[in-house]
Amino acid sequence: MTSMLSEKQAAMRDVFGDVLLELSKADPRVLALDGDLANSTKLDKVAEHNPSQFLQMGIAEQNMLSVAAGLAAVGFQPWTCSFAAFISKRAIDQIQVNVAQPKLDVKMVGAYSGLLTGCTGKTHQALEDIAMMRSLAHMVVLAPADGIEVRRVMEFAHQYNGPVYIRLARDPLPYLFDDSHTFTLGKGVQVKSGSHVTIISTGTETVRALQAAELLEGEGIRAAVLHMPSIKPIDHEAIIRAAETTGAIVTAEEHSIIGGLGSAVAEVLVENRPVPMRRVGVRDLNAESGSNEALLKKFGIAPEHIAEAVREVLARKV
Amino acid sequence: MNTAFQSCSADELTKKASEARRIILETVHYANAGHVGGPLSAIDMLIALYFSVMNINPDDPQWEDRDRFVLSKGHSAVALYTALALRGYFPLEELKTFDHIDSRLQAHPDMKLLPGLDMSSGSLGLGISTAVGLALGAKLKHQTFYTYCMIGDGESQEGQVWEAADVASKYKLNNLIAFLDYNKLQQYGWKGTDREREVPVTAPELRWEAFGWNVISIDGHDMAQILDACAQAKTVADRPTVIIAHTLKGKGVSFMENNYLWHAKVPDADELNRAIHEIEAEG
Ligand SMILES: Cc1ncc(C[n+]2csc(CCOP(=O)(O)OP(=O)(O)O)c2C)c(N)n1
Repeated sequence: MTSMLSEKQAAMRDVFGDVLLELSKADPRVLALDGDLANSTKLDKVAEHNPSQFLQMGIAEQNMLSVAAGLAAVGFQPWTCSFAAFISKRAIDQIQVNVAQPKLDVKMVGAYSGLLTGCTGKTHQALEDIAMMRSLAHMVVLAPADGIEVRRVMEFAHQYNGPVYIRLARDPLPYLFDDSHTFTLGKGVQVKSGSHVTIISTGTETVRALQAAELLEGEGIRAAVLHMPSIKPIDHEAIIRAAETTGAIVTAEEHSIIGGLGSAVAEVLVENRPVPMRRVGVRDLNAESGSNEALLKKFGIAPEHIAEAVREVLARKV
Repeated sequence: MNTAFQSCSADELTKKASEARRIILETVHYANAGHVGGPLSAIDMLIALYFSVMNINPDDPQWEDRDRFVLSKGHSAVALYTALALRGYFPLEELKTFDHIDSRLQAHPDMKLLPGLDMSSGSLGLGISTAVGLALGAKLKHQTFYTYCMIGDGESQEGQVWEAADVASKYKLNNLIAFLDYNKLQQYGWKGTDREREVPVTAPELRWEAFGWNVISIDGHDMAQILDACAQAKTVADRPTVIIAHTLKGKGVSFMENNYLWHAKVPDADELNRAIHEIEAEG
């Protein structure tokens, strides 16, 4: 274990439950809407300790999102929560028409995102949620990297008046940040400096990006790591600066390479400062059941894969 | 060709189901993942279907005229895999790969991987619609096979279930037989009054009837009633049938029965032993 990653771990879902309970107690507008998964997503903390602000919507995600729109239209701030796969893919039309187009104050929390959803396989993995959510006008898309940042992102979302999608992970992750960490919408966070290449990562993949940077350090490759908790809006300035100062970019995300962070970064680069680039993510595949280790390895998003992408991109650097 | 074991008596099937219960628990324990409550409530019906009711051939799992089965409540996959293995679709030994990387036995059924599966599932609410498609397809192609489907009561909160129900009766799909595994618990559900978690679906009999279906209510753990209901369903000329099977989540293991916490909890070694002991004492 290295300097950067703390020994201390937290599961995002635990932090999420605690923070939502706090927010709901402090603000009577805040409501927690569940799709029958409260004991998995930890929304049950609200159900148990502040039941009057908890609403069970049953296994009916589309209805839940449209109900939330109605609640928001009369002044509540509904926080809808389910597995990322169901809240995004399942209810996308409801979200677009009832939430995003009218820009209502609804928060959407995808609790088990990405590849590591706990031995559930492809129906429960969300490898397209960033792509789908980011394509909706007015939608803010956030993917925090650790427990501290989950709290910051939720505090932001609570203050912000409009639709926000927050992408969380199931399993415990090491802490990257301490209490002084802040979150600013549309801003990236430089978590490691370096001069040869910049790895731009988001959510759970930032820990793996740092691990990759350490692997590369041993080979004399100095990789910067730029963490992007805000995928939409994205930090244009930081991306352009990274391209100018390091001349090569690798993106890394626990998501499909189609339409996610890698695509967002590529869009900025191609219109401003094209440099050699590679995207690490799941490459147009459906995944499957398996242990975390086996899945990361088979679907190409482990630290070794990020390091390999860095070596490849450096070979193309002019 | 009818390769169903028409000769299986209700008693023999009950014994089989008890063997299946043991295998389900062992498989989940071994994989250290999976669901137990729903599989234990569904297994009697699956055994009845695969050992007696359905017209199938395990040696030719893709046989065109076979009856089809869709497990809409896909999280009970381990129960379906157990029934398929016992019936000879694949070696029992393969159950050890359940939920592992590169396994044909995915956490939720994947029809592209295991030839005995007629449909993929896992996202709730979709399966009954696919069953409508299979049954409608049989009609359009003038084939005589039946399509069976099992849905959960919690799952029935999905609006799509009722969209499917509507279309099925409009097309008079008398070749479609659905089971509602009415165990009255889901994953978290609503806080109840008389016990920890309340019945998620109210009056399913009335609802399905309102959608134009033939409705039969049974004890879903009573083999004779299961077989009888299927036979009755086949006599209906102009409507699909739903068998409302009153069941117990976690059936067969006292400390799992009717306890929502066992929806997806893995038994430890001690719990496994106690559970198997109870199942064997019963069977
Ligand atoms: C669309 C969708 N939403 C949520 C889930 C997560 N989930 C899996 S099982 C389950 C509860 C199912 O309850 P029920 O249908 O009653 O099944 P049973 O009690 O027989 O296990 C939930 C919410 C899912 N698989 N699909």
